[in-house]
Amino acid sequence: MRTFAVLRATSWRRLLLLAGLIALGGCHVEPWVKPYERAHLADPIMEFDRNPVSSVYTDHVHEVREGSRGATGSAGGGCGCN
Amino acid sequence: MIQRIGILLVVAVAVLVRSAVGGVLPEDRVDVLLHSFDGGGVTIQGPSVLVRKQFAQKFSASANYYVDKVQSASIDVITTASPYKEERKQWSLGLDYLHDRWMLNVGIIDSEEPDYSAKTFSFGVSQDLFGDLTTVSLGYSLGKNEVMRRGDPTFKEPMDTQSYRLGLSQILTKNLLAGFSYETITDEGFLNNPYRQVRYLDPSNPQGYSYEREVYPRTRTSDAAAFRLRYYLPYRAAIYGEYRTFSDTWQIKGNTFELGYTHPHGGWIFDGKLRFYDQPRGASFYNDLFPYANSQNFMARHKELSVFNSQDLRLEASYDFLKGGWKFVEKGTVNVVYDHMLFNYDDFRDLRVTGVAPGAEPLYHFDADVIQVFVSFWF
Repeated sequence: MRTFAVLRATSWRRLLLLAGLIALGGCHVEPWVKPYERAHLADPIMEFDRNPVSSVYTDHVHEVREGSRGATGSAGGGCGCN
Repeated sequence: MIQRIGILLVVAVAVLVRSAVGGVLPEDRVDVLLHSFDGGGVTIQGPSVLVRKQFAQKFSASANYYVDKVQSASIDVITTASPYKEERKQWSLGLDYLHDRWMLNVGIIDSEEPDYSAKTFSFGVSQDLFGDLTTVSLGYSLGKNEVMRRGDPTFKEPMDTQSYRLGLSQILTKNLLAGFSYETITDEGFLNNPYRQVRYLDPSNPQGYSYEREVYPRTRTSDAAAFRLRYYLPYRAAIYGEYRTFSDTWQIKGNTFELGYTHPHGGWIFDGKLRFYDQPRGASFYNDLFPYANSQNFMARHKELSVFNSQDLRLEASYDFLKGGWKFVEKGTVNVVYDHMLFNYDDFRDLRVTGVAPGAEPLYHFDADVIQVFVSFWF
């Protein structure tokens, strides 16, 4: 809770910094991992979400049985928890 | 709230005005999944079908149909109500638009069950930055829900949900990916279950306690942040891990840890994962046994709001049975995912045990088996 209180207090500053970084993304930045060095990263076993239909279901199974929610990377809906 | 919207607008404008880099639409694919949950006296089964297709070079549309067929004789149900069956059907539609080097997406989800109706509208934008090493995404969802109660046609309560999401994925080295997600969710309206009851000490009742309806606050705001890593091993395999922290205005605190390993072999991909969830603090208005009737303004005895922990072991296998493709299908896989889950409650007692003093019943625990079987086609 305290962590998030600190985060909320400085969220404007942090997100403005993020906006600045995004805007800076327009500038040319030399990537430290070249496109031809990304073969391993392009392998399907490196996908964070290889099967969206399965991960949405899994997130729903956890969400209805836990107090925690959010930041899972998939968007659900409805309830199914009564 | 206005401040949060302002923050999102500032960042969204920054995303939109700068010249972007990269951006790829999701692959065309069809998934047909059957799911089954069995544990704690509850079985839930049903299908889920997801179709995604690109068109006009810049768009990708997706549609999902999902069903939960529920048979419930859970601990809550058998101690305070009667077992029931019900069905939830959910439709969702999504559209992604790739312009130059940034991507927009919109979506709608409609979920209907006899006593709960939910519509969710979502909007998101994502952007690749710094030579495609970084992807930033922002999202907003608005949920309009209606809570009803079986046997009481006059009961209809609204509940609105808003969600603000920030995502970041980062290539760190040629073998290491990192991801970060942050999400704030606010709820307003009728937030409790219209059936669930709390118990309180009642010397006039032979069993020593009686029941009354739960009462929850009408607002809730939560924050969750997750950090994940995935590393490519030298012999073509991957290890991955994730940590998520959660807190909300009901004083609930949760931590999630995941550690997994992915191993391809021939046309197979095997995956194993351990997931630990710890909820060291429950809602401030939760109590397994209240001292007397109406003892607080807000009262809950919902075990998901109590102090507990759970463990989940996952085993997964995927087989590519269409190597080289067939006609217009590029690839096809058949997949089986099995999860075994354990739930251990520290402040929720098993009221099926009688003949002991109120509050002296054993603590409740249960395990569950979750199976997913699905086929996927890319075209």
